[in-house]
Formats: sequence, C-alpha cells, structure tokens
Amino acid sequence: MAGLTAGVRLAEAGLRVVTVAKGLGSLRLAPATVDILGYGPDRVDSPARALAAFVAAHPDHPYALVTPGVLAKSVNWLKERVNTYAYLGDPEVNMLLPTAVGVPRPSAVVPETMAGGDIRALKHVAIIGLRALKDFHPALVADNLRASAVSGGAAVEARSIMLNPPTGGEADVGTLAFGRRFEEAAFRSAVAAELRAALHDEQAVGMPAVLGFDHVGSVWTEFQEAVGRPVFEIPTIPPSVPGVRLARVLQERLRRAGGRFVLGAQAVGPELRSGKLVGVRIRTAARETVRAARSVVLATGGLASGGIEVDSRGAVRESVLGLPVWGRPSGAEPGFLPRYLDEHPMDSVGVRVDRRLRPVGPGGEPVHENLHAAGAVIGGARPWREKSGDGISLSTGYLAAGAILEDAE
Amino acid sequence: MIDESLPGFIRGSLDHCVKCNICETACPVMNVTPLFPGPKYEGPQAERFRTPGASADDSIDYCSGCGICTLVCPQGVKVAEINSRARATMKQQRGIPLRDHLLARPSVEGRLATPLAPLANLALSNRGIRLLIEKTLRIHRQAPLPKFAGLTFQGWARRHQPPPTDDAVVYFHGCSTNYFQPELGVQAVAVLEHNGFRVLVPPQDCCGLPLQSNGIFDTARSYVSRLARNLAPYARQGYKIVATSTSCGLMLKREALEILGMEDDQDLRVVSEQTYDICEFLADLDEQGRLRSDFNSLPITVTYHAPCQQQSHLIGKPALDLLDLIPELKVIELDRACCGIAGTYGTKREKYDVAMQVGAGLFGDIRDAGPDLAVCDSETCRWQITHGTGRESVHPVEILHQAYGLGSRARRK
Repeated sequence: MAGLTAGVRLAEAGLRVVTVAKGLGSLRLAPATVDILGYGPDRVDSPARALAAFVAAHPDHPYALVTPGVLAKSVNWLKERVNTYAYLGDPEVNMLLPTAVGVPRPSAVVPETMAGGDIRALKHVAIIGLRALKDFHPALVADNLRASAVSGGAAVEARSIMLNPPTGGEADVGTLAFGRRFEEAAFRSAVAAELRAALHDEQAVGMPAVLGFDHVGSVWTEFQEAVGRPVFEIPTIPPSVPGVRLARVLQERLRRAGGRFVLGAQAVGPELRSGKLVGVRIRTAARETVRAARSVVLATGGLASGGIEVDSRGAVRESVLGLPVWGRPSGAEPGFLPRYLDEHPMDSVGVRVDRRLRPVGPGGEPVHENLHAAGAVIGGARPWREKSGDGISLSTGYLAAGAILEDAE
Repeated sequence: MIDESLPGFIRGSLDHCVKCNICETACPVMNVTPLFPGPKYEGPQAERFRTPGASADDSIDYCSGCGICTLVCPQGVKVAEINSRARATMKQQRGIPLRDHLLARPSVEGRLATPLAPLANLALSNRGIRLLIEKTLRIHRQAPLPKFAGLTFQGWARRHQPPPTDDAVVYFHGCSTNYFQPELGVQAVAVLEHNGFRVLVPPQDCCGLPLQSNGIFDTARSYVSRLARNLAPYARQGYKIVATSTSCGLMLKREALEILGMEDDQDLRVVSEQTYDICEFLADLDEQGRLRSDFNSLPITVTYHAPCQQQSHLIGKPALDLLDLIPELKVIELDRACCGIAGTYGTKREKYDVAMQVGAGLFGDIRDAGPDLAVCDSETCRWQITHGTGRESVHPVEILHQAYGLGSRARRK
C-alpha cells in the first residue's frame, strides 16, 4: 500500500515511475480498510483527536511525522482514487467493525459494503455463512458479536444462518471463487432467495466479503435489493476479496498514469556513483541489472515482509540497501515471551527517517539525499497492536511522494 | 525409476511459503476451472506428500506452467518450478501420450513438413482431418496451429550478406521463426543491422522448452545442452545472444537451469548470462543513448499484451518503452495475466476450453480496444490471440521494423 500510494501519486504528477516488486504485496491479504489508530493502548474513538497525545507518548513513531492535516489529505487522496465503490469515513471517527471471528475492530475508513457492520449502531443482525466456504464460521461471528457490548450501547442481537449456495457439487469453494460467482446475476439471486426465506425480523445481514470484484458496487446494491435488508460485508481470512479489489484499483491507476511495474524482480542493492545513489540493482531472470533513478522510495515492508531481516544470532539488517536499523533489542530482554501476541522488543525495529522521509544515519543525517522510505520498513510502530498499519502506509507513502515532488520542482 | 527430486534451492524456497494465498489470487487457471485446485495446494502443500516415485495428485496436470505463481510470490517461493517438476514426475509415471511427444518437437515437424508445406497446411486446415486428429491424437480441432512457411529462416540467413560492422550480436531465432514465420527473423535482423550490429546466426535447433513443459525432461535436457554447446563459444567471446521468441529466451536464461536442474552445465550457464530478449536488448540500447531514433510516424492503434513467459524475464515491459518512441503510434497496455495457450497446453483437447476461458478476459479487452494490431512477444500467444479475437497479432519488432521504414510489414495469410 505504501509503495503503490507513492508510485501512483508520483506517476499522476507526471514523473516516470518504475515500481520494482519481488511479488504482489500484502494488500491482497488485508481487509482493505484503512485502520489509522485503534489502540493507544486503550481503544481510540477518534484517531485525529488522539494523534497528538499518542505521538507525545511515542516520539519515535512514524506518526510523529504525520500531521492530522496530512492524514486527512492522504485519506481523501485514496478515496478519490477508488472508483469501483465508495470508501466511507475519515480520521475523525473510528467505526467498530466485526472481524472474521466477530470481534470488534476499530477502523476509520472502510468500503461502503462494510460500513453497515458498525456494531455501535447494530441492534439485530443475521450473520450468514456459505456452506462451501470453509473458513468463515457465522455461528462464531454471531456468538462473539453477542458478547461484544459497546460501552453505552446495547448488546447486539445476532443469529447465524448457514446457506447452501449452488456450487455445482463443489464442497470446498474459496473466497476468490465466491467473489467471481457473486458477479453472476443468476447465482446472486439464488443466494438472495434462499437468504430471504431464512430471515426473520433482523434489521441487517452480515456476510463474508465476497460480493464481487470490479463490479462490487452494483453487485452489492442489487444483492441488498434482492434480499430486502441492508447487507454488510465482513472481512475474511486471506485471500481477501476486498484486498484484491483495492490492489487492482491502485495498480490500474499506476498503469493509467504511465507507471511501469516490474514484477517478480528482487531489489538487491544500491547503485552508487561517487557515493551518490543513482539507481537500484535488481535481479532479473539471468543477471543483475541497474534501474537508474533520480529518486528512490523504499517500501519493502517490515519484519513480516522481509524488508527487515533478522538472522539466527539476532543480527538485524535492512535487506535491500543495508540502511542503519533502529530499535534493535539490546540482548538483555528475553527473546521469547509467554503469549503469542505479547509485545516483543523486536516488534518496532526498522529504519528511522527525517521529516522528508529520508532514512537517517546515527547522527540523524540522511543516508542519501534522494532516498525516501515509506510504510512498515520505518520502525517505531507496533501496527498490529495499535491498528495503525494502513494509516502509516498510506500517509508515509503520500508524504514520500510529496517530498520527491518538492525536489522535482 | 525417475528421480526428479527438487534441487536444493527450490526445496529451500518451500520453507518460505507462509500460505498467504497471493499465488492463488493470481493463478489464471484455478480462477476459471475447479479442475485445477491451485498453485499453493499443488506446490507447497502437496509437496509434503510426494516421496521419490510417488505422485500426490493427478490434478497437477491442469497446471499450464505459465509461471505466474512464482512471479507474484512475495516470499520468493519457486511455486511454478515445484509444480513443473511434480507434473513431469506424474506424467512419466502415468505414461506420456503420443500427442505430447508430437507437440513437444516443433523442429522435427518443421524439418518434415517444410518441403511439403502446402500439403501440410492444407491438411491442417481441413476440418475433417482436424476432427480425425482430435479423435486419434486428442489435439483440439479448433486449437490454433501455425502454418509452415515452406522456407526456413536458416536458409535465408545462409544467403544473407551481413554489413561489415564491428559490433555483432548472435540471434537465437527459435523454431517458430525458423519454420513458421521466417519474416520475423528477417525483420529482427534488419532492425539490429539498422542499429549498427552484424547479426550472427549459428546453427541451432529447438531449446527443449516444449519437451520440458510436456514433462519429457531427459530429451529436453539433451536438446538444450546441444543448443547451449552451439551458442557457448559466442557467449564466451562476449557476444550477446538476442532472442525474438520470449519463452525460448527464458528457457536459456533460467528455466533449463532451474526446472531441468542443469546448474552444472557450464555452456548453459555462460549462454544464460549473455541471453537477452530482443526488446530488453533494444531498450537497454535506448537507455545508453545508442538506439537509433529515426522512426517514421505510425498513426495506428495497437494493444500490447506482455505474455507470462515474457514477464518471467523479470524485466518489466521494455516493449512499451520502445513503442513509446514511435511518433503517433497509440499503444494500449493490457493488464491481463495470460492468454491461456501456455505453449502447447491450450491445444490439447481436454484443456482447450480451460485455455479459452483463461484468455477470455484478454480477448474481450482486445475486442473492446479495436486495435489495428495486437502486439505480443510470444508466438504461441499471438496464434491464440488471433484465434480468440480474429485480430492480427504481431511481435513488437515487426512494429519497430515498419516504423524504421525498413519495409512494409508482410501481412500474413
């Protein structure tokens, strides 16, 4: 998301952009909501209003470089670019949307197909499953929704319904296959008819997020009409249909703006001339080549994506350019913690950047004048605890492009 | 006993699979048919059940070998390579049909049919004969098959007088140019000569790619090592080897080394390092300011589809950069992964429909764009595109040749 955001913004401004990607990014696995700040550590109601105090408590956090104004601008920038359906919300308010297991998750900006699942307003809901979709359990979602009382609000009344969509005898149909089938009118109306017959007086229907790809807007509208109740999507475990939608939109934007996409090639090092960064070395099918560039954005991700590597002796490195890495544990801390999601000292390692998103060395000086970083490769955050990953990627991708555009002027 | 156990670096890449499913979001085959359960299922998951000599699942036969799974994997897992080898093992155990042996040997057919080209072409365009071929050999009666040219590119090259320039490159033309479309070779030579290169055309036979993709690994190895032996002396002298057949170029660059496990073939290694797709070579020249820019205006609209095998060179789409240099040429970049044919896959009776469904999106985009020409780097994909859209499909070099004013494009019948 960080790389595509920077790439699209630069290409649309008229720069020649080449995106080099080892593979397709994690956006296709993500719910494709924009989670800006969900916990700090208590649950956040308004990311925009919570930001100042959060940054004061976490001065090394990437959000220290992002003002509420930039956050709002980058969110609007994204909303204007998604043309398959609308994204609703803004950094002022967090919605609380059910996850794939029905636990409320704070998200600020979400696809219109998901916004109806905001449990702050949900009273009486049916959660549907699709029999052949084995990784979505409507009873579990309904149980968890009933248990998740929001402060000041009433508990959600939730019931699960398992539907038997016509799958031609297939017992195991994944999210992608359902996503395609929902684009077929006949399939859609068969599911809607079965659902309508099963509903009682529920006010809304929640279902796995498989309502089509490029035509999601009309698929959702028509399906709701056929069901006769508001329908909202609930993100699934990967692969994520909404994630594929958003990734496709951004790649299409990049292509339409004249950007190039070199897929499958790994960036393996800097190309330097008299110490100056003049390009990136990439590994093609037969040899290493150089992609010359006036500016470089590093958006390789953090530990989970291989942008930051740790070896078995605990040595930490930034994997492409060998940049200085910050936040490395001293070695005195325990390497193993009792619970899987406990806060680990390794969580927030990454590069540190200056105000223009340039990775810096030990004295705070930029490593290269024309090198910028965006997204999870920047250290200082604990995105899966904070629910801040999308906001960091979007806003730093937006800012890195902005810094390059200033240089180009 | 067949031993196609995985080479270490492919086996090692398995451990990097985090089951994220990104390959499955991109696999063109599993996205149109339940007959293929997907690259992750067949590769990193099924690999656990494969022991030497045991094949896990026959559905692997529906993998088209397009390579997109490896291309999109963010963890660097060699999914396509794992599946190619698993497919070869499975096919060798079940027995490789005569059909696949025939489809996998274009140079044998080329040598046999070239003297009889009019007769062969007549036969292959006769519905009754095609139906008979479908019944006996199980090659689909509607599958796009090329026409024999009757002349060979090698024959032309032997008579051709190269200009006396210092810079020289080696041209690897592939079977398709030699037997089906010699004019593409003639045009490639003209474009290279126009840019100041003497073009050397050493004797060359099939690279073994169709054998490899049909699971006939041993014969594929002997073909590719013979080709590498012919080309290696040039590579060792520092000549670059330029290919117009993007899939065959990839075979020399990487696929034979990795999929056929030929890392120890020193000839192949040196050839690999010196091999360039022709658009890659020309775009590099342009980057160095050495490509001639005396293009005439070409006021037509073309679509450009980068075939999967071209994408696996990991060089992006240099053809787009080249076509951008031509004044008044309108280029529409298509963003579809695959045309479906995947070499010989889409010609097989049981896979023809799958291949046409894979290509349906691309065909629709081309029909919607209504181009004068559909540009694509791979010959089998061009045949499939023409079959699926009725539009003429050309190699990017044919456009460059025309724009350089080196002669009008010979329209194919």
